[in-house]
Amino acid sequence: MQQWTYALVLLGCLLCTLPLEFVFRARVYRRWTRALAAIAPVAAVFLVWDYLAVQAGWWWFDPAYVTGAFIGTLPVEEVSFFLVVPVCAILAYEGVRFVRPNWDRQRAADRATDEPV
Amino acid sequence: MTFYTAASVLAVVVAVLLDLLVWRTGLLRSRTFWATYAIVLFFQFIVNGILTGLKIVQYDPAVILGLRVFYAPVEDIGFGFALVTIVLSRWVKLGRKVRAGNLDADSPKTGTVKPGRRAAGPTDA
Repeated sequence: MQQWTYALVLLGCLLCTLPLEFVFRARVYRRWTRALAAIAPVAAVFLVWDYLAVQAGWWWFDPAYVTGAFIGTLPVEEVSFFLVVPVCAILAYEGVRFVRPNWDRQRAADRATDEPV
Repeated sequence: MTFYTAASVLAVVVAVLLDLLVWRTGLLRSRTFWATYAIVLFFQFIVNGILTGLKIVQYDPAVILGLRVFYAPVEDIGFGFALVTIVLSRWVKLGRKVRAGNLDADSPKTGTVKPGRRAAGPTDA
Protein backbone atom coordinates (compact mmCIF):
# COMPACT_ATOMS: atom_id res chain seq x y z
CA MET A 1 0.00 0.00 0.00
CA GLN A 2 2.86 2.35 0.86
CA GLN A 3 4.11 2.41 -2.72
CA TRP A 4 0.80 3.99 -3.73
CA THR A 5 1.41 7.03 -1.50
CA TYR A 6 2.49 9.49 -4.22
CA ALA A 7 -0.22 8.22 -6.58
CA LEU A 8 -2.88 8.59 -3.86
CA VAL A 9 -1.78 12.17 -3.15
CA LEU A 10 -2.40 13.00 -6.81
CA LEU A 11 -5.68 11.09 -6.83
CA GLY A 12 -6.70 13.10 -3.77
CA CYS A 13 -6.01 16.33 -5.68
CA LEU A 14 -8.20 15.18 -8.57
CA LEU A 15 -11.03 14.00 -6.33
CA CYS A 16 -11.03 17.15 -4.19
CA THR A 17 -11.24 19.42 -7.23
CA LEU A 18 -13.66 17.25 -9.25
CA PRO A 19 -16.82 18.85 -7.75
CA LEU A 20 -15.68 22.21 -9.19
CA GLU A 21 -16.26 20.80 -12.66
CA PHE A 22 -19.95 20.21 -11.97
CA VAL A 23 -21.04 22.18 -8.90
CA PHE A 24 -19.22 25.39 -9.90
CA ARG A 25 -19.55 24.62 -13.61
CA ALA A 26 -15.82 25.02 -14.22
CA ARG A 27 -16.14 22.83 -17.35
CA VAL A 28 -12.41 22.22 -17.62
CA TYR A 29 -12.59 18.49 -18.39
CA ARG A 30 -15.38 19.22 -20.81
CA ARG A 31 -13.08 21.65 -22.64
CA TRP A 32 -10.22 19.17 -22.47
CA THR A 33 -8.61 20.11 -25.79
CA ARG A 34 -8.18 23.70 -24.63
CA ALA A 35 -6.92 22.50 -21.25
CA LEU A 36 -4.45 20.16 -22.93
CA ALA A 37 -3.28 22.92 -25.28
CA ALA A 38 -2.72 25.20 -22.29
CA ILE A 39 -0.97 22.61 -20.14
CA ALA A 40 1.07 20.37 -22.46
CA PRO A 41 3.84 22.79 -23.52
CA VAL A 42 4.27 24.07 -19.97
CA ALA A 43 4.33 20.56 -18.51
CA ALA A 44 6.89 19.54 -21.15
CA VAL A 45 9.29 22.32 -20.12
CA PHE A 46 8.90 21.53 -16.42
CA LEU A 47 9.42 17.82 -17.09
CA VAL A 48 12.65 18.46 -18.99
CA TRP A 49 13.82 20.56 -16.04
CA ASP A 50 12.74 17.84 -13.62
CA TYR A 51 14.49 15.17 -15.67
CA LEU A 52 17.75 17.14 -15.79
CA ALA A 53 17.59 17.82 -12.04
CA VAL A 54 17.06 14.13 -11.27
CA GLN A 55 19.94 13.23 -13.61
CA ALA A 56 22.10 15.76 -11.75
CA GLY A 57 21.10 14.22 -8.43
CA TRP A 58 19.45 17.38 -7.10
CA TRP A 59 16.47 15.39 -5.92
CA TRP A 60 15.26 11.83 -6.00
CA PHE A 61 12.23 9.72 -5.14
CA ASP A 62 12.02 7.18 -2.35
CA PRO A 63 11.27 3.87 -4.12
CA ALA A 64 9.09 2.87 -1.15
CA TYR A 65 6.49 5.51 -2.00
CA VAL A 66 6.18 5.15 -5.78
CA THR A 67 4.57 2.33 -7.74
CA GLY A 68 7.74 1.58 -9.68
CA ALA A 69 6.36 2.51 -13.09
CA PHE A 70 8.74 4.91 -14.78
CA ILE A 71 8.68 7.09 -17.87
CA GLY A 72 12.35 7.41 -18.64
CA THR A 73 13.96 8.06 -15.29
CA LEU A 74 10.93 9.80 -13.80
CA PRO A 75 8.30 7.93 -11.80
CA VAL A 76 4.95 7.98 -13.60
CA GLU A 77 3.59 9.86 -10.57
CA GLU A 78 6.07 12.70 -11.08
CA VAL A 79 5.10 13.00 -14.75
CA SER A 80 1.42 13.01 -13.75
CA PHE A 81 2.10 15.73 -11.19
CA PHE A 82 2.68 18.28 -13.96
CA LEU A 83 -0.67 17.43 -15.51
CA VAL A 84 -2.70 17.07 -12.32
CA VAL A 85 -1.59 20.31 -10.66
CA PRO A 86 -2.36 22.54 -13.68
CA VAL A 87 -5.78 20.88 -14.10
CA CYS A 88 -6.55 21.60 -10.44
CA ALA A 89 -5.35 25.19 -10.87
CA ILE A 90 -7.60 25.80 -13.89
CA LEU A 91 -10.53 24.22 -12.03
CA ALA A 92 -9.86 26.58 -9.11
CA TYR A 93 -9.65 29.57 -11.46
CA GLU A 94 -12.94 28.73 -13.18
CA GLY A 95 -14.47 28.00 -9.79
CA VAL A 96 -13.51 31.47 -8.53
CA ARG A 97 -14.93 33.00 -11.72
CA PHE A 98 -18.19 31.16 -11.12
CA VAL A 99 -18.48 32.25 -7.48
CA ARG A 100 -17.37 35.84 -8.12
CA PRO A 101 -18.44 36.57 -11.71
CA ASN A 102 -18.45 40.33 -11.16
CA TRP A 103 -14.91 40.76 -9.90
CA ASP A 104 -13.17 41.33 -13.18
CA ARG A 105 -16.15 42.63 -15.07
CA GLN A 106 -16.37 45.39 -12.45
CA ARG A 107 -12.67 46.08 -12.81
CA ALA A 108 -12.95 46.31 -16.58
CA ALA A 109 -15.87 48.68 -16.21
CA ASP A 110 -13.91 50.84 -13.74
CA ARG A 111 -11.04 51.05 -16.14
CA ALA A 112 -13.30 52.01 -19.00
CA THR A 113 -14.63 54.98 -17.05
CA ASP A 114 -11.09 55.99 -16.05
CA GLU A 115 -10.03 56.36 -19.65
CA PRO A 116 -9.88 59.93 -20.94
CA VAL A 117 -12.73 60.91 -23.19
CA MET B 1 22.37 31.47 -3.47
CA THR B 2 22.43 28.19 -5.32
CA PHE B 3 21.64 27.64 -8.96
CA TYR B 4 18.34 26.06 -7.94
CA THR B 5 17.40 29.14 -5.92
CA ALA B 6 18.28 31.41 -8.84
CA ALA B 7 16.26 29.21 -11.20
CA SER B 8 13.24 29.55 -8.92
CA VAL B 9 13.43 33.34 -9.04
CA LEU B 10 13.98 33.20 -12.80
CA ALA B 11 10.88 31.00 -13.21
CA VAL B 12 8.76 33.66 -11.49
CA VAL B 13 10.22 36.42 -13.69
CA VAL B 14 9.65 34.38 -16.87
CA ALA B 15 6.05 33.64 -15.86
CA VAL B 16 5.31 37.31 -15.19
CA LEU B 17 6.97 38.45 -18.43
CA LEU B 18 5.17 35.81 -20.52
CA ASP B 19 1.82 37.09 -19.31
CA LEU B 20 2.66 40.81 -19.42
CA LEU B 21 4.52 40.86 -22.73
CA VAL B 22 3.61 37.79 -24.77
CA TRP B 23 0.06 36.68 -24.03
CA ARG B 24 -1.01 39.97 -22.41
CA THR B 25 -4.13 38.58 -20.79
CA GLY B 26 -4.26 41.05 -17.89
CA LEU B 27 -4.34 37.99 -15.64
CA LEU B 28 -1.86 39.40 -13.12
CA ARG B 29 -4.03 42.47 -12.61
CA SER B 30 -7.18 40.42 -12.07
CA ARG B 31 -8.62 39.72 -8.65
CA THR B 32 -9.78 36.31 -9.88
CA PHE B 33 -6.19 35.25 -10.49
CA TRP B 34 -4.87 36.28 -7.07
CA ALA B 35 -7.79 34.65 -5.29
CA THR B 36 -7.09 31.50 -7.30
CA TYR B 37 -3.40 31.68 -6.49
CA ALA B 38 -4.15 32.03 -2.76
CA ILE B 39 -6.25 28.85 -2.93
CA VAL B 40 -3.62 27.01 -4.97
CA LEU B 41 -0.82 28.08 -2.63
CA PHE B 42 -2.75 26.81 0.39
CA PHE B 43 -3.11 23.38 -1.23
CA GLN B 44 0.46 23.45 -2.50
CA PHE B 45 1.62 23.72 1.12
CA ILE B 46 -0.42 20.62 1.97
CA VAL B 47 0.55 18.52 -1.06
CA ASN B 48 4.19 19.59 -1.12
CA GLY B 49 4.29 19.19 2.64
CA ILE B 50 3.18 15.56 2.30
CA LEU B 51 5.62 14.86 -0.56
CA THR B 52 8.62 16.34 1.25
CA GLY B 53 7.53 15.67 4.85
CA LEU B 54 7.15 11.95 4.19
CA LYS B 55 10.39 12.14 2.19
CA ILE B 56 8.71 10.81 -0.93
CA VAL B 57 10.87 13.40 -2.66
CA GLN B 58 14.27 14.16 -1.15
CA TYR B 59 16.57 17.02 -2.01
CA ASP B 60 20.33 17.29 -2.05
CA PRO B 61 20.90 19.86 0.73
CA ALA B 62 23.76 21.35 -1.30
CA VAL B 63 21.50 22.62 -4.10
CA ILE B 64 18.76 24.27 -2.05
CA LEU B 65 18.85 27.38 0.11
CA GLY B 66 17.86 25.31 3.13
CA LEU B 67 14.91 27.47 4.12
CA ARG B 68 11.85 25.25 4.28
CA VAL B 69 8.18 26.16 4.40
CA PHE B 70 6.01 23.29 5.68
CA TYR B 71 8.91 20.85 4.96
CA ALA B 72 9.26 21.93 1.32
CA PRO B 73 12.20 24.00 0.07
CA VAL B 74 11.17 27.66 -0.21
CA GLU B 75 12.23 27.54 -3.88
CA ASP B 76 9.21 25.37 -4.65
CA ILE B 77 6.94 28.38 -4.09
CA GLY B 78 8.59 30.11 -7.05
CA PHE B 79 8.33 27.07 -9.32
CA GLY B 80 4.73 26.49 -8.26
CA PHE B 81 3.83 30.11 -9.00
CA ALA B 82 5.43 29.85 -12.44
CA LEU B 83 3.67 26.59 -13.30
CA VAL B 84 0.24 27.85 -12.28
CA THR B 85 0.63 31.35 -13.73
CA ILE B 86 1.90 30.24 -17.14
CA VAL B 87 -0.83 27.59 -17.47
CA LEU B 88 -3.60 30.02 -16.44
CA SER B 89 -2.27 32.69 -18.79
CA ARG B 90 -2.39 30.22 -21.67
CA TRP B 91 -5.84 29.00 -20.60
CA VAL B 92 -7.22 32.55 -20.66
CA LYS B 93 -5.44 33.36 -23.92
CA LEU B 94 -6.76 30.23 -25.62
CA GLY B 95 -10.25 31.07 -24.34
CA ARG B 96 -10.14 34.35 -26.22
CA LYS B 97 -9.03 32.56 -29.35
CA VAL B 98 -12.04 30.26 -29.05
CA ARG B 99 -14.32 33.28 -28.78
CA ALA B 100 -12.56 34.94 -31.70
CA GLY B 101 -13.08 31.79 -33.75
CA ASN B 102 -9.37 31.08 -34.22
CA LEU B 103 -9.43 27.75 -32.47
CA ASP B 104 -11.80 24.89 -32.95
CA ALA B 105 -14.15 24.66 -30.05
CA ASP B 106 -14.42 21.41 -28.13
CA SER B 107 -18.07 20.99 -28.90
CA PRO B 108 -20.82 22.96 -30.57
CA LYS B 109 -22.17 23.90 -27.16
CA THR B 110 -18.95 25.42 -25.87
CA GLY B 111 -18.11 26.97 -29.21
CA THR B 112 -20.85 29.51 -29.06
CA VAL B 113 -20.71 31.89 -26.14
CA LYS B 114 -24.03 32.85 -24.73
CA PRO B 115 -24.33 36.27 -23.15
CA GLY B 116 -23.83 36.09 -19.42
CA ARG B 117 -21.11 35.50 -16.92
CA ARG B 118 -19.24 33.00 -19.04
CA ALA B 119 -18.55 35.60 -21.69
CA ALA B 120 -16.53 37.82 -19.36
CA GLY B 121 -12.81 37.19 -19.05
CA PRO B 122 -10.37 39.10 -16.84
CA THR B 123 -9.89 41.99 -19.22
CA ASP B 124 -12.89 41.76 -21.46
CA ALA B 125 -14.05 45.34 -21.49
